[in-house]
Amino acid sequence: MTSPSNIGLQPLDVQAIRQDFPLLSRVFHGKPVVYLDSAVSGQMPAHVIERMAKYEREEHTNVHRGVSTLSQEATDFYEAAREKVRKFLGAASAREIVWTRGTTEAINLVAQTFGRMTVKEGDEILLSAMEHHADIVPWQMLAQEKGATIKVIPMNDAGELILESLDELITDRTKLLGVVHVSNVLGTINPVKEIIARAHAKGVPVLVDGAQAVPHLKVDVQDLDADFYVFSGHKLSGPTGIGVLYGKLALLEAMPPWHGGGSMIRSVSWEKTTYLPAPGKFEAGTPPIAAAIGLGAAIDYVTALGLDRIAAHEHELLAYATEKLAAIPGLRILGTARDKASVLSFVVDGIHPHDMGSLLDGEGVVVRAGHHCAQPVMTRFHVPATTRASFAYFNTREEVDILVSAVLKAIELFK
Amino acid sequence: MTDPRELYQQVILEHNKKPRNFGKLAPCTHHAEGHNPLCGDQLDLTLVVEDGVVRDVKFEGSGCAIDVASASLMTGAIKGRPVAEAEAMIDQFRGMVRGELDPATQTPLLGKLTLFQGVKDIPSRVKCAILPWATLHAALKGEEEASTE
Ligand SMILES: Cc1ncc(COP(=O)(O)O)c(C=O)c1O
Repeated sequence: MTSPSNIGLQPLDVQAIRQDFPLLSRVFHGKPVVYLDSAVSGQMPAHVIERMAKYEREEHTNVHRGVSTLSQEATDFYEAAREKVRKFLGAASAREIVWTRGTTEAINLVAQTFGRMTVKEGDEILLSAMEHHADIVPWQMLAQEKGATIKVIPMNDAGELILESLDELITDRTKLLGVVHVSNVLGTINPVKEIIARAHAKGVPVLVDGAQAVPHLKVDVQDLDADFYVFSGHKLSGPTGIGVLYGKLALLEAMPPWHGGGSMIRSVSWEKTTYLPAPGKFEAGTPPIAAAIGLGAAIDYVTALGLDRIAAHEHELLAYATEKLAAIPGLRILGTARDKASVLSFVVDGIHPHDMGSLLDGEGVVVRAGHHCAQPVMTRFHVPATTRASFAYFNTREEVDILVSAVLKAIELFK
Repeated sequence: MTDPRELYQQVILEHNKKPRNFGKLAPCTHHAEGHNPLCGDQLDLTLVVEDGVVRDVKFEGSGCAIDVASASLMTGAIKGRPVAEAEAMIDQFRGMVRGELDPATQTPLLGKLTLFQGVKDIPSRVKCAILPWATLHAALKGEEEASTE
C-alpha cells in the first residue's frame, strides 16, 4: 500500500530501532514477545526513559516556583516540552497547549468548562458512532446535568462514517461535535477536515479525539481547523500520566477554569481570586513534570524517525497482515474502511476473542481482546468483543507471520 | 506463570462446543443473570429446586470457552444434589480458582471440575470461570443479578 508520495522515502531501519526497546527482547512462555498492542499503549524507547530518569536523578524539583536555578531549569524543560507539542501539532501558540493526564481528562476538561458554559436544556451534542468511551461518557454526564441530548453520526458496515447524514444531524441546537480521528477498534481514519468544515459552516465547534491518530499520521490542527484536539502521551511512545488538550486560544480564553488550586491563580484573597490566562488557569497543582519532559523526548524521537516514514512502514504491515488474516476461513476483519491506520480487529467463528487472546498470549503474541472501551461499536457490529492487533514502527513482517500462525494454531485447537 | 494453552484441555473445548444443559427452564423456581462487565460475557441461569434438591438446571448465554465449559460442567455437577451441597461446591470452586484451596485435598465435592485449577495462574480469566458459580450463588440466594465486578 505504498502511496506515490512515499516513493523515494528511505525505509525505517527497523532492526536498529528495535534496539531502543528493551521490552522487545523479553520472553513469555518460552517465546520471544511479539508486541502487537501499541494501540493500548506504545512502548517507550530507551531515549525517553533515560530522559525522564535524568530529570528524576539530577533535575527533580517543582515548576513555576521560586527563584532557584534548579526550579528555573525544570520550568524551562517543562515549557520546552510544551513548545515541542505546539510544533508537533502545528498550533499557532504554546498558550493553546494545555497539559492534562491524558485524552480522557482532556475531554472531561472541555465538557466541564466549555460544555457547561455553552450547553443548555434541549441542546444537542453530536458524536460519531465509533467514539471511545472517553468521548461518550463525559458528554452523557453533561447532557444529563443540563437536560441536553446526544445524537450519533452513524457508520456503514465497513466502519466508515455516513457523512450524508451530517447536514441533517447538525441542527441549530447542536453545541458541539465530537469525533475520533482514528478509530481504536476499526482503524478508520475519519475525514476530520471535511467534517470540521461542514460543522463550522453551521457554526458548530468540533473536538477531535486524536489518541490513535498522532502516533500514525502528521496532524496539523490549523490545517484541520480543529477547535479542540486531544491525545495521550502513552500512545505516542511517551509515558502514562500526561496528555494534551489543544484548544483555539479564543475558546480557551473564554472558558472558565476547571480544577482550582495552586499554580492556576494570579492572586488569591478571601474577597476575590483571579486566574492565570490560558493555559495556566487549567493547570492546577503540581503537574507530572517528568512525564511532560518525557513526552517532549518522545516527540523528538518519532519526529526524528519521520511520521511519513512511520506511516509508510505501518501501512505496509497493515496491508500484509490484512491480506494474510483475511485469507483464513472463518475469520472476519472488523473495519474495512478505505482509509485505515494500523489497527486490525478480527473475530473468528466459534472462538471467543478472550480465548483467542489467551492462546495468542501463550505464543508470546501480545494483543488486546475485549470491547476496547467502545461498546457501542461492538453492538453496531453484533459482536461481544474482538481481538485486536495494532502495529507500530518497530514491528516486522516476521512478527505478522508469528501472529498469523498463532491464530491458525488456535483455530486448529478449537476445531 | 502457566502457559495459557494448558487451560484449553480437551474436556473444556468439548464442553464449549457442545454445552450440556443449554436452554431455559420454564417454569423455574430460581433464576439469575450473570454479567462479566470486563468481557461482556453473560449468562442466564434457571433452576427447579424441590424439597431442598436441585431437580433441574439450565443455562443460556454467550461467553468464552472457559465460561461456557464452566457453566456446562457446573450444571451437570449440581443436578440432583441437595442445595446445601451445591452451595459448598460454589465455595470450593471459588477457593480453587483463586488459589486458596488445594484441589488435591480441599475440594472433595468438585470431582472433574478440578480441571479448572489452572485458571488460578491466569488472573485475567479467573472471572470467566467463576461467572456461572457467582450466578448460581445469586439464584440460590434469590437475587436476580450477579456480577463478577
Ligand atoms: C480513541 C481513543 N480515545 C481515548 C482513549 C483514552 O485515552 P486515555 O486512557 O489515555 O485517556 C483511547 C485509549 O484507549 C483511545 O484509543
